[in-house]
Amino acid sequence: MSDRRINNENFQKLLWPLVALGLILLFNFFFTPGFLNVEVKDGRLFGSLIDIVNRGAPVMLLTIGMTLVFATGGIDLSVGAVIAISGALAATIIRPDYVKGVLEYGELRPLFMVVSIPLLVSMAAGLWNGLLVAIIGIQPIIATLILMVAGRGIAQLITQGQIVVFIHEPFQFIGSGFLFGLPFPISIVIFMCALTYLLTRKTALGMFIEAVGANPVASRFMGVKERLIKISVYTFSGLCSGIAGLIICADIKAADANHAGFLLELDAIASVIIGGTMWGGRFTLIGSIAGTLIIQSLTTTILTIGIAPEVTLVFKAVVIICVALIQSEDFRRLFTHRSPQLKAKSS
Amino acid sequence: MTESETIVQIKGLSKSFPGVNALINVDLDLKHGEIHGLMGENGAGKSTLIKVLTGIYNKDEGQIFFDGKPFELNSPEDAPKFGVSTVYQEINLIPALSVAENIYIGREPTRLGCIDWRAITTHAKTAIKKLDLDIDVTLPVSSYSVAIQQLVAITRALDISAKVLIFDEPTSSLDTAEVEQLFSVMRKLRQQGMAILFITHFINQAYEITDRITVLRNGELVGQFQTEELPRIELIATMLGRDVTEFEGENEGEDSGEPGGEKEVFYQVRGMERKGSISAFDLDIRKGEVLGLAGLLGSGRTEIARLLFGIDRPQKGITRLNGSEVAITSPRKAIGYFFGLCPEDRKTEGIISDLTVRENIILAIQARDGIFKTIPRKKQEEIVDKYIKALDIKTPGSEQIMNNLSGGNQQKVIIARWLASNPEFLILDEPTRGVDVGAKAEIEKLIASLSREEGMAILFISSELEEVIRCSDRVAVLRDRKKLTELTGKQIEDSTIMHIIASEDVG
Repeated sequence: MSDRRINNENFQKLLWPLVALGLILLFNFFFTPGFLNVEVKDGRLFGSLIDIVNRGAPVMLLTIGMTLVFATGGIDLSVGAVIAISGALAATIIRPDYVKGVLEYGELRPLFMVVSIPLLVSMAAGLWNGLLVAIIGIQPIIATLILMVAGRGIAQLITQGQIVVFIHEPFQFIGSGFLFGLPFPISIVIFMCALTYLLTRKTALGMFIEAVGANPVASRFMGVKERLIKISVYTFSGLCSGIAGLIICADIKAADANHAGFLLELDAIASVIIGGTMWGGRFTLIGSIAGTLIIQSLTTTILTIGIAPEVTLVFKAVVIICVALIQSEDFRRLFTHRSPQLKAKSS
Repeated sequence: MTESETIVQIKGLSKSFPGVNALINVDLDLKHGEIHGLMGENGAGKSTLIKVLTGIYNKDEGQIFFDGKPFELNSPEDAPKFGVSTVYQEINLIPALSVAENIYIGREPTRLGCIDWRAITTHAKTAIKKLDLDIDVTLPVSSYSVAIQQLVAITRALDISAKVLIFDEPTSSLDTAEVEQLFSVMRKLRQQGMAILFITHFINQAYEITDRITVLRNGELVGQFQTEELPRIELIATMLGRDVTEFEGENEGEDSGEPGGEKEVFYQVRGMERKGSISAFDLDIRKGEVLGLAGLLGSGRTEIARLLFGIDRPQKGITRLNGSEVAITSPRKAIGYFFGLCPEDRKTEGIISDLTVRENIILAIQARDGIFKTIPRKKQEEIVDKYIKALDIKTPGSEQIMNNLSGGNQQKVIIARWLASNPEFLILDEPTRGVDVGAKAEIEKLIASLSREEGMAILFISSELEEVIRCSDRVAVLRDRKKLTELTGKQIEDSTIMHIIASEDVG
């Protein structure tokens, strides 16, 4: 009896984002011809739906990291800037002499190097955020603001202010390849999602993260390594941003330090909130992913039904407000007049 | 004393919150030129009374007269207009602003519509001189000690032409010299005719400075006394709600109950000290023994618990665990040595209210083992169900959110958390506070069986003296942040303990 009720609570949290997503898809089903069609061409999946998920892949990766950061009671504003750094590094490793004006390619850089160095640097960026928050005790919003602003500068320094274009077949696979019929970015998202789920839900890590976010003092009194956990989630968020950066960079075959990942941190934060993870405490990965899908499908819908792209942001804002309101228990109570005290006040 | 000297008169004041009667029909009068002590244990209603007086709460019933006129406050901003100012333990100045700015903030003198900074500085200098204080008023408040900051707060209050000053536990974070400095200012103000309401937990300080003392207990007025005419033992008895006749006649002090059977020392503390928190103390924690800490609120009970568990670090002292020297510098280390702590403040330090009962119990063991030894879900449920049954925790299930449990059951969950970790030494800081009678008895029974049957060492802290006496094999008596003595066996008696607490300073 009790277990069912609690499952209900979890389910309710997930329900509203899924309903919102369903509504958007339903709208498209009626107004955008062929929206729900998925075709198989040469063993690869194509279609609007696949496209939405594929376009949303970088933000989904950011969202995974952001969800954990949120659960510890923090926020990571630097994810967009880390995307720029990661992309800039990858491109510069492929064409190190480009910024000096040398247009010929040297030897083909090994994929391993092109991928691992940007990812390590991204993790270092996350580690920096984590140290500022956990050790020095700066408010997360300020601590990560530093890198949000400085990060783009660093990316500019790496590319010397140029847009580095490149050709590197193996690396481009990350942005536009297919694995088992799915676009490779989607495969990465699925892998990262599964990995994060296993790490947090099949080990005690998720419980520690939630405990630290919900009550840091009590967690410390129980011997939870509060600082280490905070540092880890920021580092992980850095890694996620780094991967997103590689996808974006590999997809457009160029590193644009100014625009890569610009304002994506806001999409990631919105996704987390739409997904029902509140500041500090419980988090739901699936909710966050659903949140990203809502934002992405909304953007696509607006574009396909021919609304001017300038107004896109307004529509996004309206939907985010609506979902956030529906999520809010206090707001729902306005209509249901049901006191929460009625629930399970036992003994 | 004549009626005309009375400046604040409270008659039949009542205030209740859902489920709690915080103040019931309380009378109090405050005179010009007196320092009036307001004392009482936790939940006595002291802070509610102050909050009504300063306009933070509205009163439910009763009347307050100020200088004979009705005293009606609609918001906290009204209190200073009447001339009532409060100096809090947590100082409410703005740390980054200068002393002068803090004194004049919100009512800056102006010249031609601009703030007259020169006037602020000179005025502040003269104002602060009145308290015999010579400091640079242009430096930020945060650069001065807490004691000076309090004097700045007093200066500000005086400059707003306060007639009544309320001191809410101003001395709890001051050292002896600073307390003296504050007291000399208070005496000076008394001479000038100021009415001062002084809230404190320190018995010695109350006797040193107050003229009269009002004691509250459970929201009710116990009495108003002339300090000189009130024996210490009676003050303590009234605060604890005991009949003073019970304790009349000096207790004979039969020496130690059971001299043999000294139990093995598990954890030995020598000369542990933390300035401003507790003076040097020795303590032996023995296996299979309940050591009780007896003392009034603020006597240093919780401070000892925090030091032992590594939450605060001592400045001095040697600690030995099973004979070998160790330094417990963090809760993690303490837990590594199989210590456990049920903290005093259940809400902010104990439970994690958003998580489930299962998670709240498992967290401590899991934190000790690390994530690489994650306990399988099934095993977790077995552990949790075992303790839900053993402690009779009333919850619909192990997946219930902690927030939905009643206080007593939350407390049991915290105890279960530590029992599940098989501790050798368990610190219980007020485990029975806010717990109903039935649950209280169960917890007490549990404590006894843990120490006797499992051989666990237990440190038991409670504001209820009877409870300490009932549960403990040995009792350490504390007063004013100092350990006075230790009692064993038959010495553990209400009257003995009360006399020790009431005794004049023992060194």
